[in-house]
Amino acid sequence: MRSETPEWLHRFAAVLVCLIVLLISAGGLVKSKEAGLSVPDWPLSYGSLNPPRWWEIENVRAEHGHRLIAGTVALLTVVLAVAVTRREPRRWVRRLAWTAVAAVFLQALLGGVTVLLFLPTPISVSHAGLAQIFLCLVVTLAAVTSRWWRDGSTPAPAAPRVLRAATVTTAVIYVQILLGAVMRHTGAGLAIPDFPLAFGRLIPPSFDFPIAIHFAHRVGAVTVAALVVWTVARVWREARSEARLKRPAAALAGLVVIQVALGATVVLSGRAVLPNTVHVATGAMVLATSLLVTLRAWRLREGKPSEAPAASAGRFEKALT
Amino acid sequence: MHNYRLTALCAIVLVLGFVACGGGGGETTVAKESSQPAPAAAPAGNGAINGTVNYSNGDPDTAIKMGADPVCAGLHSEPVQTETVVAEAGKLANAFVYVKEGLSGSFSPPADSQLLNQEGCRYTPHVSGIMTGQTLVIRNSDPTLHNVHALPTKNEEFNQGQPFQNMELEKQFMAPEVMVRFKCDVHPWMAAYMGVVDHPFFAVSGADGSFSIAGLPAGDYVLEAWHETLGTQTQSVSVGADGAVDVAFDFAPTAG
Repeated sequence: MRSETPEWLHRFAAVLVCLIVLLISAGGLVKSKEAGLSVPDWPLSYGSLNPPRWWEIENVRAEHGHRLIAGTVALLTVVLAVAVTRREPRRWVRRLAWTAVAAVFLQALLGGVTVLLFLPTPISVSHAGLAQIFLCLVVTLAAVTSRWWRDGSTPAPAAPRVLRAATVTTAVIYVQILLGAVMRHTGAGLAIPDFPLAFGRLIPPSFDFPIAIHFAHRVGAVTVAALVVWTVARVWREARSEARLKRPAAALAGLVVIQVALGATVVLSGRAVLPNTVHVATGAMVLATSLLVTLRAWRLREGKPSEAPAASAGRFEKALT
Repeated sequence: MHNYRLTALCAIVLVLGFVACGGGGGETTVAKESSQPAPAAAPAGNGAINGTVNYSNGDPDTAIKMGADPVCAGLHSEPVQTETVVAEAGKLANAFVYVKEGLSGSFSPPADSQLLNQEGCRYTPHVSGIMTGQTLVIRNSDPTLHNVHALPTKNEEFNQGQPFQNMELEKQFMAPEVMVRFKCDVHPWMAAYMGVVDHPFFAVSGADGSFSIAGLPAGDYVLEAWHETLGTQTQSVSVGADGAVDVAFDFAPTAG
């Protein structure tokens, strides 16, 4: 029953990744519209699973829609974990799947608590941060259940160098998303009202918390852009023949360009709902894509697994075993 | 394998539990109500302050866009103005005027409740006052859902849903606080302000800018006028044992 991971499991996980990006977008929409408290109770909405005319009323549609997508994602994550438990021979992958389930339930709990406590910043930021960790868990599940991952390949000599760059880039992207979450949830999105300069200068003339967190997010954007250039350059220079790295690396470069443009649009539009929401969604896609480059570089370093699963496990896999 | 099945079953039960249990559906308690302004509990004297709130500008309010909820938009055939600055002929409405300093002793809250109505996707009244311990009835008179989100700093914050027409809930504020803001997160244009004081000597200026505070004992008081966007003004007033004192507050547009 567990002799080989079925291909549909990988596809299922990949679809779930797309749904999680949709869920994060829906969460971004709720924050962009300041609709987080438009449904004041939890876990029900106005005491119901189907509050009256929720789809006709903008803010209720945003918040209740977010909850419905979240419920669907949570259910599908459980289904994925059950399927992985039944069909996946690697124990660490099974553990990873149930870690994702734990993450999505904790995420739901944080979402509920933040509503019931009137959106305290630490909980709202934790909700935003855990969403990205949950996304990363399912991206990892989708990656490691693919046929390419399972079959392995010839070890690529350049993979360790790409891996180092991609790992650092992914970690910094996550920190950058956290900075963005703190900025959004403390209302500091327009603390620096101009772009690309800050109050007409390279560095703001004075700092308070909103200006500092906003400026940190801008510095973070420059850092992420530089790291992405570094990672992509390494892939292009040293692993040109590896299409499995080149494709996500190219996508990563494109997404970062779009993301910086969206960040500028958010400021210049006075935090208009659409660019603000798409900025959150694109941030999640940047993280997921960078993680994919990291995971594939990891796999390329390991090469083809031997017949004995324990012996073939890399450091990453052993850590989860 | 059995362990995994059991874990999966527990997870599914948890998911269902999350969506099936609990949830505040809104309270439907009904209380007696009175119209604004709130009645005096036990006037302690025969003095009075009559006054006018003036405004040196007559800028019209801006129209509310209610398209975010088609039912709200359908409740009005004419454009609805915000009530942020309601001024006509140099007179300012919706200023909350109250005795800030100078009173002694304690005052019991009236038995009648105060009503905050959600009507036409607006709060009525926009500005009001209530005594500490007095019952506040919040009603949804609209054929759409509202949430009532009070944002006090000295009293307890609450946010409750009223998904159905004619639902009511009761609240009390126990600490003086000028002002408590109310908002509806469903309809971002909805806002109301309520002054919570521990005595009955307050009033809200009407459309002609006038207000009257009666039943004051003789004494020297500090009177404050609060406005949503124009800020506050105070002045000292001496009230005799009988008769009324006339005062005036003059507001001007704020800079910027």
